[in-house]
Amino acid sequence: MKFTLSWLKDHLDTDASVDEIAETLTDLGLEVEEISNPADRLKDFTLGYVKHAEKHPDADKLRVCQVETDEGDLQIICGAPNAREGITVVVCKPGMYIPGLDITIGVGKIRGVDSFGMMASERELELSDEHDGIIELPSGAVGDRFVDWLAANQPAKVDPVIEIAITPNRPDALGIHGIARDLAARGLGTLKTPDFAPVAGTFASPIKVTIDEDTLDGCPLFTGRLIKGVKNGPSPQWLQDRLTAIGLRPISALVDITNFFTYDQNRPLHVFDAAKVAGDLRVHRAEGGETLKALDEKEYTFAAGQMMISDDQGAESIAGIMGGEETGCTDETVDVFLESAFWDHVQIALTGRALKINSDARYRFERGVDPEFTIDGLHRATQMILDLCGGEPSEVVIAGDVPDHSRAYRLNAERVQSLVGMDIPESDQRQTLTRLGFRLEGNMAHVPSWRPDVQGEADLVEEVARIASLTKLQGKPLPRITDGIPKAVMTPQQRRQQMARRTAASLGYNEVVSYTFIDKAAAALFGGGDDATMLANPISSEMSHMRPALLPGLLQAAARNQARGFMDLALFEVGPAFHGGEPGEQHNLISGILVGRTGPKDVHGTSRGVDTFDAKADIEAILTAIGAPAKVQILRGAQGWWHPGRHGKICLGPKKVLGVFGELHPKVIAEMGVKGPVVGFTIWPDEVPLPRKSGATRSALAQSDLQAVERDFAFVVDAEVEALTLVNAAGGADKALITEVRVFDEFIGGSLGEGKKSLAITVRLQPSDKTLKEKDIEAVSDKIIAKVTKATGGTLRG
Amino acid sequence: MDDLKAKYLGQIADASDENALETIRVAAVGKKGEVALKMRELGKMTPEERQVAGPALNALKDEINSALAAKKVGLADAALNERLRTEWLDVTLPTRPGRQGSLHPISQASEELTAIFAELGFSVAEGARIETDWYNFDALNIPGHHPARAEMDTFYMHRAEGDERPPHVLRTHTSPVQIQSMEKMGAPLRVICPGGVYRADYDQTHTPMFHQVEGLALDKDISMANLKWVLEEFVKSFFEVDDVELRFRASHFPFTEPSAEVDIRCSWDNGQLKIGEGDDWMEILGSGMVHPKVIAAGGIDPDIYQGFAFGIGIDRLAMLKYGIPDLRAFFDSDLRWLRHYGFQCLDVPTLHGGLSR
Repeated sequence: MKFTLSWLKDHLDTDASVDEIAETLTDLGLEVEEISNPADRLKDFTLGYVKHAEKHPDADKLRVCQVETDEGDLQIICGAPNAREGITVVVCKPGMYIPGLDITIGVGKIRGVDSFGMMASERELELSDEHDGIIELPSGAVGDRFVDWLAANQPAKVDPVIEIAITPNRPDALGIHGIARDLAARGLGTLKTPDFAPVAGTFASPIKVTIDEDTLDGCPLFTGRLIKGVKNGPSPQWLQDRLTAIGLRPISALVDITNFFTYDQNRPLHVFDAAKVAGDLRVHRAEGGETLKALDEKEYTFAAGQMMISDDQGAESIAGIMGGEETGCTDETVDVFLESAFWDHVQIALTGRALKINSDARYRFERGVDPEFTIDGLHRATQMILDLCGGEPSEVVIAGDVPDHSRAYRLNAERVQSLVGMDIPESDQRQTLTRLGFRLEGNMAHVPSWRPDVQGEADLVEEVARIASLTKLQGKPLPRITDGIPKAVMTPQQRRQQMARRTAASLGYNEVVSYTFIDKAAAALFGGGDDATMLANPISSEMSHMRPALLPGLLQAAARNQARGFMDLALFEVGPAFHGGEPGEQHNLISGILVGRTGPKDVHGTSRGVDTFDAKADIEAILTAIGAPAKVQILRGAQGWWHPGRHGKICLGPKKVLGVFGELHPKVIAEMGVKGPVVGFTIWPDEVPLPRKSGATRSALAQSDLQAVERDFAFVVDAEVEALTLVNAAGGADKALITEVRVFDEFIGGSLGEGKKSLAITVRLQPSDKTLKEKDIEAVSDKIIAKVTKATGGTLRG
Repeated sequence: MDDLKAKYLGQIADASDENALETIRVAAVGKKGEVALKMRELGKMTPEERQVAGPALNALKDEINSALAAKKVGLADAALNERLRTEWLDVTLPTRPGRQGSLHPISQASEELTAIFAELGFSVAEGARIETDWYNFDALNIPGHHPARAEMDTFYMHRAEGDERPPHVLRTHTSPVQIQSMEKMGAPLRVICPGGVYRADYDQTHTPMFHQVEGLALDKDISMANLKWVLEEFVKSFFEVDDVELRFRASHFPFTEPSAEVDIRCSWDNGQLKIGEGDDWMEILGSGMVHPKVIAAGGIDPDIYQGFAFGIGIDRLAMLKYGIPDLRAFFDSDLRWLRHYGFQCLDVPTLHGGLSR
């Protein structure tokens, strides 16, 4: 919402400066977004008088002028056709910045003659596009400031423009009068409410208006009148200046008048060219399918139930949103039908959204205009039309009635203290509300018709606090809920995410946060990309589907980094992935990827390509950190984006998958544009069971004084026998005695023959009651060999 | 006996290695060594002679043993010194490379603010990213026709044909968690809700996803003055400054009343932001007293309970605190950015140890 200072002063009697007004507006909740003050950039320019001008000795079109200024006479070379003796001009002395040229003028030499500065055109001072000649002033003395001359003679040219942001609850501030009311309530001036007399009509309007019964809820009141014999054409300069200053294009007097009231009073109006209206106007609901070419020259099709205004020929206006082009006013308009109606904000919002029209009228009606002002607005606009265009007004046509908006809320003066914490005397509170237009009856505050947002007692508190200024609010300590030391607040799942992050970072992974929506193709590679997880209005096709996993985002990040020349990557992310489009159809994941080598080549020769066991080590470390049990199964058969032979699912039983690690499928990597191989992992942290115990106590430490014994075994087994099977079999030979089974060697093929391998294990035996003798050890060894043989079909390697 | 002493001490002094020393030991004080043989002769002596010769022999044995031990240490030291002389390393060579991991600034900032609000008794709640429009809008006093809906640049989820429910949305703020927390925990209540939120907006200063933390406190007598104190304490603690000045400006949010936007006093010096001093004000958050309709929507009686709510951009806080210039880079996963602006695994923010290093 833009307005000029002089326009504001039509409504507010004040001496306050622009800056003071701007600060106050922001403090009141009408946040100033921009102040444009032309006087600021013109303040240094002064008036001068051309005492003498003669042709430049070396150029036909240039003149050498002797200009009297406040700093003595200056010689200025000028090429303007009107540069001549005896005129008063605006002087730009050397060293001054010329806004329209974006240069600082200096002393120059033009074709051999010195020139000290310049005389400005309007365009050079950003006053207009005028550049046919230099500014020639009809009055003013040498040395006067140009801004002062403008303020006295052409105030519009130095009128500061203020732009404020309007929150949706303040439709009243969409009229300059409403803004003035807020400032007056704060005490920054006095609100001007000039007396106004309704304009009587002299004949009956030939155009009548009806509102269909089923449309009265959307259009409770429609007023209008004919004004015949007007002369349309450009509006007067002052009106054009105002509209131009706030960014509107002057069109014609009649249209400019409607725009004036839209901004002056938040009262949208419409003017029909009466000659083009056939018969009477009817406000009704669309059957559906009617079309109308609106004033924006676009054709709109009504849906059933939307409100429209029709005449005998059909649709003439998208009610409350935009008029039709057919009946719009032109310079030839002689008889005009002026409309001032009140439209329901909900219906305007829904129709406006459905038809995708953003007009000043829709913007205002959907926020709520003052219903009481409907008829006043009609009268005031009538008066302005008569003043500017002449003509003769008909009597007013009224359909419907002002809707009942009356309501009152109890002003509880203590509520300001209890809700806001500010101490404001009741008399001040009452004065504030009165200044804002509330009517107080005892302690009941009746809400003014222009404040649809006030809907309860809390709103009264808000108004009082807002006008008093929240900057005066003093902080007050919030007492603790309980005395003493605060308890921990994080849930186990939150702790887990934190532990996972910090563990992954400690393992050398860099955390990324990526968009949770990705492109369809990438989503599809990881089991997503269906319509349920699709956005209806993505901002790009790269962000069209909610991610089914974190891996695609990590791979895309890897591809981007590879493109920048970073080939060795360790990236991880902790965050939600989506298995459906319903709220809650999301699950937390922890994923990491390793790409390239373990590090750059180095003198110690440690650098090597990353492999599946790197990913396995990292997933195990993170699972341990988040409290997963040590005893797990490692199964195969994870999703298709893993390398079929080089991955494992870490499980507690076949259905309880805690995580997957391994190499990613080469084809998936290629389609994601990553130079592989890539290994990685995914953890489902919420699948990790919560610890059963509640206390912090550990179990007792069992330390044996007896010597532990280690024995090595090597077994020849089929190549596809998994080490874990062998380890579990060996460990099961004597669960009390065997504390650890460790694989320390794998040897495949060679002398063992095709399809065979040797696995060597170390078994640690820890006796608890007596020292092991050789025969005890042999007995256990036999059991181990028997168990392993049975479980794997292997044999002890001789 | 003096001869014996001179002989063996001389041999010990001249011994060149441990083997020679052992030979001397055996010859001198071994079981069949000269000193032992002399000891055997004691039996043949008179008691008087024995009283003189016995201690003298023992002293001789001790002296030789001491000399042997001292020489042994001397030889070992010499040998070690000789070895060390050859063991020279170019210690300026680099170490075995290790990867330096990092945490994202959003994670770090989230932990920081969690630590602060935990101290004030706020617990942490989380919610779904895909929400019903009821939780995201209606329950927060933003009915279907409300202009705020259109202004929020909402992302909508696809609706299958025939499914007549209003489309779900990607939550535009963390405020739905307010309602869910009220439903779950009732009042009195203190909770913060950090997490990702979405707006269909992408330019220099906006990304379609960003992060917010919502705060909510409900009780029978909480006022906006308490809100101001909490925010002042939070900002001081988060930015690790002794003093800050906050400016409350009246504003409007459908879910709070009164509502205030909060500016922080700051200065910009050569592009460097300083919090708590200077003549500039920077908007950092929106807040207010929870609207009675919102409290009711959470299943709590607004005639008994009242309280405040606020919403702060986590990414924005991190940018301000750590001097990170561009929001878009947060989500670009550029390794150089992650390493430069990231945090080490052991940089765990605590109030007792300090939030940042």
